[in-house]
Order: sequence, then structure tokens, then C-alpha cells
Amino acid sequence: MNTKLPLQRTNDVRGILFKLKLFKEKKQDNLSRAELGILVFENTSEVIAAQRILLANDWEIRVMGPPPEIQSGCDLVIEFPLIQELNILRLLEKAGIPPIETVPVTDPLLQPVDLFHIKDFGRFLMIRAANMKITVEKRTQLIVNVSGGGCPDVPYLAFKLVGKTMAQAPNPLDIGHTLCGYALGLAFKEMQKKCLQW
Amino acid sequence: MLAVVGTVPDPNFPLTVGRVDMVENRLTIDGKHVLVNRGTPALLGAMVNTLKVLGPTDITGFIAGDIELGHGSSKLYQYLIENGPQIDFNTIVFHYLQPDVDWHNRIMFMLDDLEKKPVLIADAGFMYAAKMSGQAQAYDLFTPDVGELSFLADETAPHPFYTRGFILHDDNSVPDLISRAYLHGNAAKNLLVKGAIDSIADKSGIVFSVDSPVAEAMEAMGGTGDTITGIVTALAGTGMQILKAAKIAAKVNRLAGFFAKPTPATQVGEIIQHIPQALENVLKESYVQ
Repeated sequence: MNTKLPLQRTNDVRGILFKLKLFKEKKQDNLSRAELGILVFENTSEVIAAQRILLANDWEIRVMGPPPEIQSGCDLVIEFPLIQELNILRLLEKAGIPPIETVPVTDPLLQPVDLFHIKDFGRFLMIRAANMKITVEKRTQLIVNVSGGGCPDVPYLAFKLVGKTMAQAPNPLDIGHTLCGYALGLAFKEMQKKCLQW
Repeated sequence: MLAVVGTVPDPNFPLTVGRVDMVENRLTIDGKHVLVNRGTPALLGAMVNTLKVLGPTDITGFIAGDIELGHGSSKLYQYLIENGPQIDFNTIVFHYLQPDVDWHNRIMFMLDDLEKKPVLIADAGFMYAAKMSGQAQAYDLFTPDVGELSFLADETAPHPFYTRGFILHDDNSVPDLISRAYLHGNAAKNLLVKGAIDSIADKSGIVFSVDSPVAEAMEAMGGTGDTITGIVTALAGTGMQILKAAKIAAKVNRLAGFFAKPTPATQVGEIIQHIPQALENVLKESYVQ
């Protein structure tokens, strides 16, 4: 008996780990809506911080738009596999950013914009994501302009980015706090990819 | 009172209400200084320079520093709800503010209770909240760019970040997007759509188009949308009819840009300097007099 117990426990643990691995490998797209929940946070900055932690820990999560009943105007939520609620909450609490609410997904969530518009001015390249644009001088990779947007952190982000090279500039995802900041972060990420090609 | 409600990117800038002036590239509000750059300072700079030509009309700024979580915006909302009923507003523009439907609706309740309803103009974050609240038609003018027009046209999107791809796509024509925005009640009474061609519209469709002069680099410049909103607000603040003010503003902004000979690296302050000259030129054209 005593010799079997550890083996059985080992097998149980292996089984759990295997299921967990399977689950982690099961893409969010393949989960039915009933298997998904959303984490609601106080503000967009917390969403971005939570996203970073969860992705760093290999959780299959997605940043999405909130359902209509909890929309306030400038929000993101994190869609996650409901079955892992406790593990995810534990991780976020340990990191000091617990969500204010966890809600099962009942209706389709809004997809963040994933279209990038690129305009080549010759010496300069502009990339737009949603309502935010970033323009870089190709030769120097200097950020010469940031435009668009309507949330109050946009002028601040522009102040922090314009006049710096792509390598020197802070990532808007690290210092932005709104959906406009998040959109600028996506445009910035796309521009980083372009810079690697020059 | 010609009022501007917006934020500046300085966390230490307190809630400030006062007359706005500009010396060279620096705004003054109640003794506090702000550098003219993109956002609400660009809008204010454009208004000051527009009114230099049109004659003395005071601009009253309701300004707070806000760079992150909307704290400055909340202070402004609270101030307006408490003090708005005692203020004689003539024209108000709401600008870079944290979009929040609850605060928006409380502001609208305050405005609804005023004896005389002011001309209401919204752009940037407050326009997002106005659309999401379902009260867009209460406004006299929205000044979206084409991307933001797509957002207005998408009845499900609570923010431009969620505009659906089939609406955001370049193939959609501006007239179609305008129709769709009005169809779902998500446009103000009038629209000034900023783009390669500026379109001035109401619920009947495009009333005026302005397509010259062309300074293509302006699309990449931060603040060129703010200047056009500032010019139209200043013109409307003098009592000019909204559609006419929008048409003049579109022409002036383009001409000021043309005079500045911009590249994508040009900063908006250079365009603001040329507004008085551009406005004088446009006003001389008989067909917009």
C-alpha cells in the first residue's frame, strides 16, 4: 500500500499536469463560449499589467472588449478559460492586481481592431492602428509624430515618444492607460517589426 | 461664454478655470502656462489665433492635467455639474477627456436644465462618450477624422478601438459611413469629417466638400485635427451658422497647413502660427462671406 500510494499520487499529479498542458495548448478559439469567462478590472492599465503577467505564465488569454452591460467607455477585459479561474485569480492576487469581477461569457465579445493601415511618405512611414498613428523617419528610426486618439493620455504619450528613436522610446503599452494608449502600443509594435526590415 | 473643456498632459496642472490667452507658443490660463502642442492646447491655440482676426471674444478654459486614469477629467466633470447651472454658456467644446458614459450623462442632465441651450461641439474622448451614450443628436457638431467616422458608423463599437473591420476598411466611402452614422443616431446634427477631402454633412448627407489646398503630410501630424476643431468652435462662438463655420474652418486649416509647408515631422505649432493669415485669405473669398 505504502509503495503504491506515492505512485498513484504521482500519476494523479501527472494526470492533472497533462490535462493542464492540454488545456494550455487548446487555443482560446477552440473553447466554447460556456468555457470562457472575463476578468474585469478597475482600469485599462490594470488590464495591460494583468495581461503581461498571465501571458508570461503561459496562460491562453485574450484582451477583448467588454459586454454591453459593463461598458463604461474606455475599457478592456481579459477573456480566460473558466476552468482555470482559481489558478488565474491566485496569480493575479499574488501580483497585487486582482480583478474587481469575474463574469462568465454569455455573448460574443467585441474584438479589438486588428487592421493596420500603412502609409509610405518616402522618407517617413506612418502606421495606423484603430484611431492612433505613429510616424517614423526610416533612416534614423526617429519617431517624428504621434497623432489621432481622443483619450487624455494621448498627448502625454506623444510627449514621451516624439523625438526619440524606436529603440529609445518607451513602449506605449508600458506607460499608456487607455484604449487609445493600447492602440498606439499596437501601432508601435507593428512599427518595431518594420524597423527590423530596414 | 465661449467655453473649452479639456485636459493638458501635465499631472501637476490643477483644475483651472479662466480666460485663455497666448503669447508666442505659450498659452496662459489664470496665470498658469501651457506649451501649445497636440491635444487641447492645440485647439486653444487655434481658437486664440482665429479670434485675433474676428475680433475680441474671450475664451474661457476649463482645464485640468490628466495623463492617465482620468482623474483630471473627473475633476472637470464634477466642477461642471456643480457650477454649470450658474454659468452663461454660449458655445461649449468638449475635447480630450476620459470617455465615460456615466459622467457624460450627468453633464447632459446639467446642460438640459439650462435656460438657454448653448451650441454644443464634441471631439476626441468626449465625442466617443457622446456616441456611446446614444445622445449624439443632442450635439450641434462632431469633428471626427475618417477613422472616428467609422467608429460613429459602427453601432456596436463603444470606442474606435472596437470598430469592426468591415466598417473600418478603406473601401467604405465617406458618404456611406456618414449615412450609416445617421441611420443609427450616432452622429451630431452636423459633422465635419477631417480627411484627404474634408466633408461637411448633416442628416441629408454631404453639404460641402473641401479638398484644396493639399498638404498630405498633415495626416501624420499630431494636432491638425485639434486645430480644425478649434477654428470651427471659435467661428461658431461668434454666432456664425455651424455649416458655414465648418466650411471656413476646413479651408483655413488646409491653407494654414499649406503655408507651413509641412513634412510628416512638422509640429502643429507651426500651422497654428499661419491661421490668422489663412483666415484673412479665406474670408476675402466672396463665396464664403
